[in-house]
Amino acid sequence: MKKERLITRRGAIVAGVAAVGGFVVARRFPKILPPTCGNVLRAGDSFTYGAQRALLGQSLVREYGPSDVTSFPATGTTDPGVKMKSELGEAYRRMQAGAFAEWRLSVEGSVARPRAFSLAELKQFSPRTQITRHTCEEGWTAIAQWTGVPLSAVLDAVGILPAARFVVYSAYDDWIDSIDLLDALHPQTILAYGMNGRDLPLAHGAPVRLRVERQMGYKSMKYLRRLVVTDRFEDGGEKGNIQAGWAWYTGI
Amino acid sequence: MTDRPTERIPAKGGERHAAWVRISHWIVTASVFALVFSGFEILMVHPRLYWGNAGNDLTPALLELPISRNYKHRGYDQPRPFFASSGGPVSASRTYDIFNQNGWGRSLHFLSAWLLVLPGAVYLLAGIFGGHFRSHLWPRMKELSPGLVRRELVDHLRFRIPPGRGGPRYGLLQKCAYTFVVFVAAPLMIVTGLTMSPAVTSAVPFLLRLFGGYQSARTIHFFTSVVVVLFVIAHVVMVARSGFRRQIRAMTVGE
Repeated sequence: MKKERLITRRGAIVAGVAAVGGFVVARRFPKILPPTCGNVLRAGDSFTYGAQRALLGQSLVREYGPSDVTSFPATGTTDPGVKMKSELGEAYRRMQAGAFAEWRLSVEGSVARPRAFSLAELKQFSPRTQITRHTCEEGWTAIAQWTGVPLSAVLDAVGILPAARFVVYSAYDDWIDSIDLLDALHPQTILAYGMNGRDLPLAHGAPVRLRVERQMGYKSMKYLRRLVVTDRFEDGGEKGNIQAGWAWYTGI
Repeated sequence: MTDRPTERIPAKGGERHAAWVRISHWIVTASVFALVFSGFEILMVHPRLYWGNAGNDLTPALLELPISRNYKHRGYDQPRPFFASSGGPVSASRTYDIFNQNGWGRSLHFLSAWLLVLPGAVYLLAGIFGGHFRSHLWPRMKELSPGLVRRELVDHLRFRIPPGRGGPRYGLLQKCAYTFVVFVAAPLMIVTGLTMSPAVTSAVPFLLRLFGGYQSARTIHFFTSVVVVLFVIAHVVMVARSGFRRQIRAMTVGE
């Protein structure tokens, strides 16, 4: 009788020691562990990230037919020119008035040839068109056709350096987010400038938004402004998901 | 048979719950509690259920649940059609500040899902190879005679619950309920949950075909969770009726 209780207690002690050990490792060696590890609440997301990266490989999400396209709510920021009272809002309004001819996507960081792309320059790359399902963390989904340039083509053009691991992106509504290179180089990760056969509408992120098809909708950032290739994980500070209380990896 | 109460009280040294059953029981209890709590929060954010792959505020719902201020909020500006043809898909911008606590809700949900899946896998393997399922959980053929089934049903409906035996000698309906939860409800919850993962379905697109789409899987996930909650309520009521203190002792210290 006593023996069985001892086993239970020993099991609890082993589990406790393992948990404390995990935290020590997470704090001392943040580079080798998935980002956001070390936070109890996000430990499950880090585990999901590790498990999905280890088990799933680089497969394409399902693509739908033209008749599958559905209505699509625009949520979050739907006009940075109205929402943002800062210089960003002012800059966005100016570019919007000029049909985004002045808009540039700056690509910098761990790259051999940093440069800024105009919308016309992005459209010179071979386009990719895909009809995919947008999956919002709120629980709704919508299907739309997206046209754009694969992010991998743009990264090839600037030449990412060997130590590069993440692509950090920021937007005119002042959000910063990032993805790892496996998502950045995924064939369906595109810088989309077209939606349902037309220019990307204002409410859906004009002139260019990201599409990260294997993660939740909020990783597909609208109103793109800047891409920074980094060697280390950066959480984006107050403008990033993590400090705002959201998971970094959302493959589920 | 003549003296039923003594029959129900186990002999000294009767079978007790194995340590691994007790440990996994309480881990799964904590996990299910956190999953139901966070799952309800997630549903509150978008309390609409659909069938198929796509569904949102601009498409008709199968069912809408009045469980948060997001219920039928209709806070959208003028819809604009994507195509020239009338009656086609539209875009509209949301103007309503919705309730949304998914920042912690989703992370808690997946953290507790891991807490369910890992001990659950150990429980399944130990149960299959250790004979626990065969000898304790799976109803025996002779128990399934119409007379016995009817007696069990009538006893339960009249709320005549025999005192617990403090171990894995389960009654017929008890066996059926546990077998259903372990082999039907829990796997269905997990697989429909995985079908909502865009990364998982990119690798295993079969899941979307199996359930008829993302939103169908979400709807099945919800209804199965209702079944699980009903099971938990029935389970707790039965534990209370059959001697709460004794049953809790049996499932914690194993006496």
